[in-house]
Amino acid sequence: MPRFLSIAYHDENNRPTAPPSPELQQKMGELFEEITKAGVVLDMAELTPTSQATRGSLVDGKVQYTDGPFTEAKEVVGGYTVIQAKDKAEALEWMKRFLEVQGQYDGTTVEVREILEG
Amino acid sequence: MTGTDTAPTIETVFRIEAARIIAGVTRVVRDIGIAEELAQDALVAALEQWPRSGVPDKPGAWLMATAKHRAIDLVRRKETYARKLAEVGRTLEDVPPPPEPGDPEDIDDDLLRLIFTSCHPVLSTQARIALTLRLLGGLTTEEIARAYLSSEPTVAQRIVRAKRTLAKAGVPFEVPYGEDRGARLSSVLEVIYLIFNEGYSATSGENLVRPVLCEDALRLARVLQGLMPDEPEVHGLAALLEFQGSRLPTRTGPDGELVLLADQDRSKWDRLLIRRGMAALRRAGVGEYSLQAAIAACHARANRYADTDWTMIASLYERLMALTPSPVVELNRAVAVAMAYGPQAGLEIVDALAELGSLSDYHLLPSVRGDLLERLGRTAEARAEFERAAALTGNARERDLLLARAERIRKLPLPPMFVLSPLPNRFRRRRFEVQPRC
Repeated sequence: MPRFLSIAYHDENNRPTAPPSPELQQKMGELFEEITKAGVVLDMAELTPTSQATRGSLVDGKVQYTDGPFTEAKEVVGGYTVIQAKDKAEALEWMKRFLEVQGQYDGTTVEVREILEG
Repeated sequence: MTGTDTAPTIETVFRIEAARIIAGVTRVVRDIGIAEELAQDALVAALEQWPRSGVPDKPGAWLMATAKHRAIDLVRRKETYARKLAEVGRTLEDVPPPPEPGDPEDIDDDLLRLIFTSCHPVLSTQARIALTLRLLGGLTTEEIARAYLSSEPTVAQRIVRAKRTLAKAGVPFEVPYGEDRGARLSSVLEVIYLIFNEGYSATSGENLVRPVLCEDALRLARVLQGLMPDEPEVHGLAALLEFQGSRLPTRTGPDGELVLLADQDRSKWDRLLIRRGMAALRRAGVGEYSLQAAIAACHARANRYADTDWTMIASLYERLMALTPSPVVELNRAVAVAMAYGPQAGLEIVDALAELGSLSDYHLLPSVRGDLLERLGRTAEARAEFERAAALTGNARERDLLLARAERIRKLPLPPMFVLSPLPNRFRRRRFEVQPRC
């Protein structure tokens, strides 16, 4: 069964400052329970903001470091999920369910990519 | 979404939801065969309606509601029929109880009930496996037949008979509580374990592993973990399968040949699954699967084969032996003891087992004995044991490996000096991985 990496992007400059509403929290809890009980999620995590991130890049053969935040980027990776599904259609169906809950943060984008095996 | 492209969406949603729908409907009609048909009816209804009306917001709930409505209609018709029969002075034994009101909270319980029903001890092991793969794994009869190298009509027959047996035996659709629960849960765990094992070391055929079966078993274990988070043995089984699954890609070589634990490329072990295994192990108990998981964890923790904590593994096998005494566990213990305390100590256990005779047609007994004899320098006896083991296995890959070992001894007899001196490291490297099948 193929694995898929779902990468969630969001606009870091326009994140809601208030904590999620009780309704949203409840919906997120239900979704979390659903995916746990469906046995499809292998790993999932939310990432710290890019203000705590560091980029390394190779310039003229030397590693150069840049500390976050990376405000120039419109969208940054906010979290990821590794799921195992029968096929891409099934992975996309789970992505849809995730977006329907997370989509209450407008501008969230999720990219689904199959993980190369072997 | 409207138009003709809805069909793949419908089929995907149905595949995800099928087990829960069948489970929810079974609670109404009390017959998993009928429930499966009604779930299919709901799928057909969706395929007819959604292209026109669009996919509903909650397609899973729509499918469930449609299937349940049909179920309730069916029950009502039966009740009416039963009442009319009663009016003319007859009785009908199989009047189903009236449907309970639908409560979304019950959905997960229904899924659990379905798992417990599919794995009911009234069914043969083969029937339990086929029914579980069909109803919970969502496999077609063709896929199950392919996985078990059986014919499609045979599997279809087996499933039909299993459903009939359940109906005839009046197996209640429930998650057992109290005294019954332990025994019934172990039947569920056993089914998942056997499915995994068949994939992990196929008992017959040309291919050593069938990863699809392992993945289905793993998914079932994970689902069960989500449904029964308070059962330590469920976590134990899940941990065991995660660990074993993490090694799956390295168990076979480029030509499909078996690669022993000692020779596997550990850098290719799946770290994510190992991490999941460790997490599950922390919630595991002290039962047979949990102990096996603890043993598997010892292997997972060793970055190199030489780092394996064999003393720990030997003592875990001892505990396993005390809990579920079986010649296969004892054989595994012999291997661990040999690794921890030397081949002679292991051989004594194997010889005692051989005397009991209960493993006389199990190829791993002569295979392990051959390994220990070789390490003790008793090469002629070792060769004979490998040849005997080769004749006993039904798996072509294993046979090749065993014959190759016998051949290697024939060509390279160990110099006699090794008989008395401690074995040099390069001879310590050839080991057997024994997959417990108790």
